Parts: sequence; structure tokens; C-alpha cells
Amino acid sequence: MTQMKIPVVRNILQANDRLADANRKLFDNAGIFVINLMSSPGAGKTSLLEKTIDGLAGRIKMAVIEGDLQSDFDAERIQRKGVQAVQINTDGGCHLDGNMIQIALEALDLNDVELLIIENVGNLVCPAEFNLGEHEKVMILSVTEGHDKPLKYPLMFQLCSALLINKIDLLPYTDCDIQIIRESARQLNANQEIFEISCRTGEGLPVWLAWLERKVRASRSR
Amino acid sequence: MSIAQSVLDIALEEGRQHGLKRVSIIRLQVGALAAVVPDSLKFCFEMLSRDSIASGAELEIETVPIVARCSACRELFEVENHIFLCPQCDEPALELISGRELSLVNIEGETGDFDDTDEDSSGAKHSAGQ
Repeated sequence: MTQMKIPVVRNILQANDRLADANRKLFDNAGIFVINLMSSPGAGKTSLLEKTIDGLAGRIKMAVIEGDLQSDFDAERIQRKGVQAVQINTDGGCHLDGNMIQIALEALDLNDVELLIIENVGNLVCPAEFNLGEHEKVMILSVTEGHDKPLKYPLMFQLCSALLINKIDLLPYTDCDIQIIRESARQLNANQEIFEISCRTGEGLPVWLAWLERKVRASRSR
Repeated sequence: MSIAQSVLDIALEEGRQHGLKRVSIIRLQVGALAAVVPDSLKFCFEMLSRDSIASGAELEIETVPIVARCSACRELFEVENHIFLCPQCDEPALELISGRELSLVNIEGETGDFDDTDEDSSGAKHSAGQ
């Protein structure tokens, strides 16, 4: 019996990256701007989607992919808004991956769709590692989660081009300091756009919607 | 868990290609920024690798520091305490040079030579004949 050392040097996520690249090509060919929306559970991803659909109604044609461990409550919420939505159940998996998106796309009619938002599974860790083929990663942090989150989940904050600080109507009832969030976010990713919003009261949403619309238009004029 | 599965898939594939009977060590490079907790990865790997040729294999994880290039002075700097700002200019990092690695570097194991080679004294005969 001989002991043998085999050089490998392979990216562990290469299988996923290949699928994500293929998705990305499909999106680019179809002229669809794609956002991977991430946050911890309950931060307000689906509420933000509902508000975004209302805000962009008649201006931008949207579709949604919903990722959850179980249930199709979220897809139903989106469909009630008259927007195409397909639900992915990961059956315990803590993030979406390129393959799940590829399969979900078969169930969507992408004709005329300008903006596809993929709502990832609620989790601030693993979704950051798995590219789906999106153009931008966007995250939500709600003030009830606390201002220490950027430094606890640095990769997520480092990769997201936009950070929505949600539930600002609850600020008086928490010890959350938005300036601390802003400062840690700046250290992690100085180019990140930060929006302070409340999906409940609608505060701050117009600024987010304007940013998103600009992004979609810019990608279509490329 | 799916990262552990990918590690196992690659190790088994490479092991099979090279005729390994058992994989004993798997060396990984993991960037300090990667969303991977070494202990969790080891635990998941242990569960997944049961009943495979990589069962009991040791995961040796080398952490790669976070290094970025300053957008102003273009110098490289090591990112400490997750501050992606150049210590010289206080300007944001332009690009990440390292820190996101998730690579399988090499594996070690035993080849599938016949078990009886040890009992067989052919090696001794050879030297005796010389």
C-alpha cells in the first residue's frame, strides 16, 4: 500500500458558479435585470417585494422567485399582486443555488419581464456564498435585529450593493443605533447604497424605488 | 452542508480517478471572509463521508487572510477587523485580492495496490539478488 498525495486545486463552489454563469447569460440575453434579495428571517423581504410591486406597477414588468424552506405562502402573496411568482422549497436547505434557479426559470414566462427579484431563504450566512446569476445582491436589515449585524455577517454586507434598513418606524422602541450600522457598513463596503425605510409606513420607499428603476433602465440601455 | 457535500464529491472523484482506496487527508484553503465555520464544515463532512472511501479523512483547513487593493493609492493592504478601507488613505478597497477562497488544494490517501505486497518478499529478493 502506498501513500499518495494528489494535487487538486479546485474551487469548491465551481459547480454552482457554472450554473450561475449560465443563468446570468440567459438573463442578459433576455434583457432582464436580476436582484438576489437576502436578509435574516422576518426582516421584511416579502413586504418589501409587495411594496416594490405596488410602487413600480405600470412602469416596470416584474417577476419573482420565492425561496423558502417550506410552504408557498410567499408566492401566493406575490401572485395576489398580479405578478408572476414561482416558489422554490429547499426542504431544509438554508440557501438557494444556481441549479434551483435554473429549474424555477422553466416555470416563468420571461417575455417582457424587465426585473426579476429572487427572494432568498432567510439567512445572513450561506446565501452570500452562492451566486445565482444575479446582477446585484441587495439585503435588508431590520432595526429590531440590532446594529451589530454588519460585523457579525461581514461577507453579506461586503457583497451587497444596496442595504435597506427596514422597520425604522420601530426605532424608538429599540436600542438600535443606525449610525453604527452606517459606519460598519461603510467600513465593509464604502460604495454600498443605504436606504432607511419602513414597509409599514412607506417611509423612505420612494428613494429605493427610484434607485431600483434607474438600475433597471440602465441595464436595458446597455 | 452543501459545501461539505461539494468537498466530498471532489475528493471522491479525484480519489477514484487516481485509484485511491482510502482518502486520509483533504487540504482546503478557506478565505477569512468566506461564510464557512471550520468546525461546522468538519462536522458536516464527517456525517456525509460515512461509508465512503473518505470516511474518517481529516480536513486540514488553511485560512487565507483578506487582502484588498486601495482604490486611491493602489497599494495592497490586509483587511483587519473587517475594515475595507486603506490604512494609508482611508479610501475604500477597489478589489479583493484574497479572502474569499474556498478551494480544495490536495488530497492524500492510500492507493489500491494489492494488500499482500507487504507479505510478498519480492522487494527483499530483489535486493538480495544484487
